[in-house]
Amino acid sequence: MFSQERSLPAVEIRAVQKSYGALQALRGVDLTIEQGEFFALLGPNGAGKTTLISILAGLARADAGTLKVMGHEVVQDYRAARRALGVVPQELVFDPFFSVRETLRIQSGYFGLRHNDDWIDEILENLHLTDKAEVNMRTLSGGMKRRVLIGQALVHRPPVIVLDEPTAGVDVELRQTLWKFIRQLNGAGHTILLTTHYLEEAEALCQRVAVLHKGQLVACERISELLLGRQAATLEEAFMGLIRDVET
Amino acid sequence: MGVGFTTLFGKEVLRFWKVSFQTLLAPLISTLLYLVVFSQVLGQRVSVYPGVSYAAFLVPGLVMMAMLQNAFANSSSSLVQSKVSGSLVFVLLAPLSVIEFFSAYVLAAMLRGLLVGFVVLVTAGFFFPPQIHSLLWILVFCFLATGLSGALGVLAGVWAEKFDQMAAWQNFLILPLTFLSGAFYSLHSLPPLWHFISRFNPFFYAIDGFRYGFIGASDVSPWESLLIVGSTCLALSWATLALLRSGWRVRP
Repeated sequence: MFSQERSLPAVEIRAVQKSYGALQALRGVDLTIEQGEFFALLGPNGAGKTTLISILAGLARADAGTLKVMGHEVVQDYRAARRALGVVPQELVFDPFFSVRETLRIQSGYFGLRHNDDWIDEILENLHLTDKAEVNMRTLSGGMKRRVLIGQALVHRPPVIVLDEPTAGVDVELRQTLWKFIRQLNGAGHTILLTTHYLEEAEALCQRVAVLHKGQLVACERISELLLGRQAATLEEAFMGLIRDVET
Repeated sequence: MGVGFTTLFGKEVLRFWKVSFQTLLAPLISTLLYLVVFSQVLGQRVSVYPGVSYAAFLVPGLVMMAMLQNAFANSSSSLVQSKVSGSLVFVLLAPLSVIEFFSAYVLAAMLRGLLVGFVVLVTAGFFFPPQIHSLLWILVFCFLATGLSGALGVLAGVWAEKFDQMAAWQNFLILPLTFLSGAFYSLHSLPPLWHFISRFNPFFYAIDGFRYGFIGASDVSPWESLLIVGSTCLALSWATLALLRSGWRVRP
């Protein structure tokens, strides 16, 4: 699907540091995610996952280091980098003035796409939102709002999709709908970067996993290798053991 | 400027249009109330310039005051609302330049200010038909003043992180600046200290120059007003763009 730039990593993060006052949120993080991967970024609360994603998306600035999306540096070449990236934020944020369709059209327009209704209709259908297309965002349930957030991240067909805890507080039906659609996108060549606290989801979906702890990357390998190396039966067991070892 | 810019501009216009009862009609009512009260109470007693009725003096001042307040309210409230609700993230994730971001908010603010001004002027015109001395001066000050106020609104919206911070801008800066701007009186009627202080208020020059376009009389030369309003607008725009480029309070 994105064969013209196939040799480039989807995401390339080098020596990224970020502090908020005295708090060092990221301490020299290096990470490479190849195109087409379904990749999990894990870590306890406050590990720096959202900070790293925010810097990758241009929502925050690194104190040091470089980040590239599909070979585009996120500050110098921000237009190309942001076009290559779709982000589903962790919080349920929405603009209360608009309907679902208006929200998706506006987001599409921000990315320079004016006549994008065919793809918007497809997104609505895949996320089971077709009957809510003309409904105001305010009146949607939390799960529906989460689906719209996912739709907004996909309107410009980004090769790299970041899902920041997309299933936090959502019901089983939405999880299944969401993962089916995301797997479909991954199968079509989209790179998926997922952060989640549901480790069984990461284990079922992802090939590789990175673990952040207090702003440092403490593991980055294939899930099967991590389980083997730590002699663990599940990702959760391996994760808990890893965090315990790092803290002692 | 591409599709991203026009989309953000269109979104901002649609936002205030969808709540036009609050954004267009409410300012019309409040401005007309000022006009009725002040023109009735002072109309027979006050003559600011020879041969000019108080209503003819007052209407341009009130129109400009409404434009300044509404242009500021549009950009500032939109930004602070989207910051508080978190929906600003959708704009920040988009491949928009700082200039596109700034221009879209300022132009939408200008449009709201101009629409409010037009509606107030037309409605007031039924009661007090305006005279037009120079349409060019009227238009120049319309655009510059709403641009200045819209840019100030962006600056306030970028700075404020809570609604009460925005209320402080409204109550402690915009309200005094617009009320102490000569909308209701000539600067020459003020005591020396207030006269001196008022000369540092850019909104005074916006109103004085705008009024000159209607009645052909003003407290200071319209060229001086043009210079001060224009340079303040440029300085504010430059400062706001510099802050946006630095990521201050928007991309921390």
